[in-house]
Amino acid sequence: MEQPNLSYINSMSGGDKAFEQKLISIIKGEFPEEKRVYYTNLKAKNYKLTADNVHKLKHKISILGLEKSYEIAVAFENNLLEGNTELQDQFESILKTITRYLQEL
Amino acid sequence: MNCIIIDDEATARAIIGQLCSNIESLTVLEEFPNAMQAIKYLNQNTIDLIFLDIHMPDFTGFDFIETIKNPPKIILTTSDPNFAIQAFEYDCIVDYLVKPITPERFQKAIQKAETTVTKPKAHTATSDASIEKVESSSGNDLYVNIDRRLIKIDIPSVYLVEAKGDYIQIKTEDKNYTVHSTLKKIEEKLPDDLFLKIHRSYIINVDKIIDIEDNSVLIKKDVIPVSRSNRPELMKRLNLL
Repeated sequence: MEQPNLSYINSMSGGDKAFEQKLISIIKGEFPEEKRVYYTNLKAKNYKLTADNVHKLKHKISILGLEKSYEIAVAFENNLLEGNTELQDQFESILKTITRYLQEL
Repeated sequence: MNCIIIDDEATARAIIGQLCSNIESLTVLEEFPNAMQAIKYLNQNTIDLIFLDIHMPDFTGFDFIETIKNPPKIILTTSDPNFAIQAFEYDCIVDYLVKPITPERFQKAIQKAETTVTKPKAHTATSDASIEKVESSSGNDLYVNIDRRLIKIDIPSVYLVEAKGDYIQIKTEDKNYTVHSTLKKIEEKLPDDLFLKIHRSYIINVDKIIDIEDNSVLIKKDVIPVSRSNRPELMKRLNLL
């Protein structure tokens, strides 16, 4: 499975290390809450709201350079809008990978 | 240019703020996590440019554009490329950036914003992000946004619109559509000579009436109630013998 990286953050920071740290800190703060809301809405089978959560999470997936995972998130978001949870396991595996990565940063 | 950033995601606001800080001609005056706070700010402040997220809970970027009077230049920022067609229906939108935004693409958008002269547009306080009426060469069409796709509906084929909570159901000869909108908003988009609101929850196509009995109308197979207050207007529209 592809691994998260800081390529995008480095490319857009222009070498500003303080900004890189600030952004990582924001992601570390925001990601767990977005993940929590995702699981809550999915458990309640509120797929429209779950799709909204996936929509927001997929931005972080792209920021962390996970290109293939981003495609899975796009497909999962579209599936959810039709009430289909087929890609749930794959998507949640991506969330776990990001969680581990952020813990190590 | 003085600008503001509207995005419900703190990460996105930080990235756009950083990209702005690399451009000398841009000054970020404020950042907002939702459109409502930004509207309050704009009631008292004038700015040149807004970076606006489309996909926000409760009040979308398009709802925001429809709400403010004389919007400044707007650069849309979104993770979803599917809104591009809808975006350029608005004169105030100068560019459309898909996240994650690269510095190169951001720079281009700013250049566009600096060179584009937007035409002031008369805005009403209420309209709808989900429904856009389009005058096409083939006649009157109504485009509805369903699951991020703009679907064309032939207006004369609509025989009934029914309010259902936060949604409306549009019934046509061939198909029914459920759209996130209100009866009031679609009423503004439908031609007065063809459509009439006969009840607080129903708009009908007068041409499609089969019969009328006391306080109800048969239209296709649907029996629709006529409210007392709307009945005189309905009777006026009929070619009574």
